[in-house]
Amino acid sequence: MELSKAYDAIVIGASAGGLYVMTRLLQPLPAGFPLPVIVVQHRSKDERSLLEEVLQQKCAVRIKQADEKELIQKGTVYIAPPDYHLLIENDRSFSLSFDAPVNFSRPSIDVLFESAADVYKERLLGIILTGANSDGAGGIKRIAMQGGTTIGQNPETADYPEMPKAAINTGYVKHIMTPDEISRYLLALI
Amino acid sequence: MIENGEYQQFLESVRFVYGYDFTEYAEASVIRRIRNFMETNKIGSLKDLGRMVMKDESAFEHFVQEITVNVTEMFRDPLFYKSLRKNVVNRLATYPFIKVWIAGCSTGEEVYSMAILLREEGLLERTVIYATDINQDALQKAKEGISSISNMKSYTENYLKAGGKNSFSDYYKAKYNSVLWDKSLRQNIVFSVHNLAMDKSFNEFQLILCRNVLIYFNQSLQSKVISLFYESLCSFGFLSLGNKESLLFADKQKCFEEIDKKEKIFMKIK
Repeated sequence: MELSKAYDAIVIGASAGGLYVMTRLLQPLPAGFPLPVIVVQHRSKDERSLLEEVLQQKCAVRIKQADEKELIQKGTVYIAPPDYHLLIENDRSFSLSFDAPVNFSRPSIDVLFESAADVYKERLLGIILTGANSDGAGGIKRIAMQGGTTIGQNPETADYPEMPKAAINTGYVKHIMTPDEISRYLLALI
Repeated sequence: MIENGEYQQFLESVRFVYGYDFTEYAEASVIRRIRNFMETNKIGSLKDLGRMVMKDESAFEHFVQEITVNVTEMFRDPLFYKSLRKNVVNRLATYPFIKVWIAGCSTGEEVYSMAILLREEGLLERTVIYATDINQDALQKAKEGISSISNMKSYTENYLKAGGKNSFSDYYKAKYNSVLWDKSLRQNIVFSVHNLAMDKSFNEFQLILCRNVLIYFNQSLQSKVISLFYESLCSFGFLSLGNKESLLFADKQKCFEEIDKKEKIFMKIK
């Protein structure tokens, strides 16, 4: 099977140091990228849409904050809104929740990854990037157990290695890659 | 793993046996809460959970309290409260007697925030706040009006950003690790159980707050609940939603005018 037909969606989780590497990965993606990309980047709750604006200025692919009940479309990078968890429904639309923080985080990477894993199963690619806590490790495990593919940023290349390390330590990260390698992997999906 | 078929069947049984209808709740969040409940209580499968709650009403009550509790804080989204002061308060002031409904009030932080705001605007004495929730345990906590002292730093910041006019510490008494909200705030508050998915309109209000509750419902239930609010508002009454919520899926969308687009404050216009 061609790599480009292997997935229905990509989920990415990033925390401290994430903006730089996120930009590095999203910048080369063309408008009309053939998959939806769904991102949790830990962010301040007081910041309403700055992250989307900053990324859109640098990227050709469409960037937008995920809205409640919005249907997930390819060619779009969706970012979880500040201070809400982002979840995916069976009909492939978004839900938001204001449940308690998970791993001290809202939005939490685990919450997104776990619900995405249940919906997309083996058709999901999950990527965990730099960060200073262990959010996302549980989500990576669930993605792998549902048959999806997992990538962890090589901790040596991460500004904050704890988060990819925690994911890798679960034993469920399939590929450990540098940002350049992850970028090539994404571009090979076109 | 919770399969869709058995999930639907579980909710149908709950509805049939206990009259609680969760079939129109957004699934992803309910499933996450059910999973957490099963993990905490070491229940291996949804079938086991079903067997447990169907034969034991007190176990079911415990389950319902756990999966319906919502998180809240004092003056959450301070700019929303600022907008209320600017855009809504002066119109409320024209009524001799004001009724406010806080739907889905959970543990009450929003209710006490509203009471503080109305007191500072000189309106609390002639207002009755109806604070309702599906969750009895949360309502009990709301009535007690107790919070943890560790929250006070962030609550004080919120209060100031929300345009607070006094010192936030005027509104509570600290004792050990807890604080008790000023009792006089509570004089005009009525706490009561109300299930938005099933219960009817019970009064007419000038202002309804229902923030971060609709996100837990599917589109059809969102529309029904907005219709319920529509019936419960006086002409030119106000409706406030959470800042990621909208009237997009509501049949009554055209009956409201946007007063503050960002802070999601609407006015009933026809």
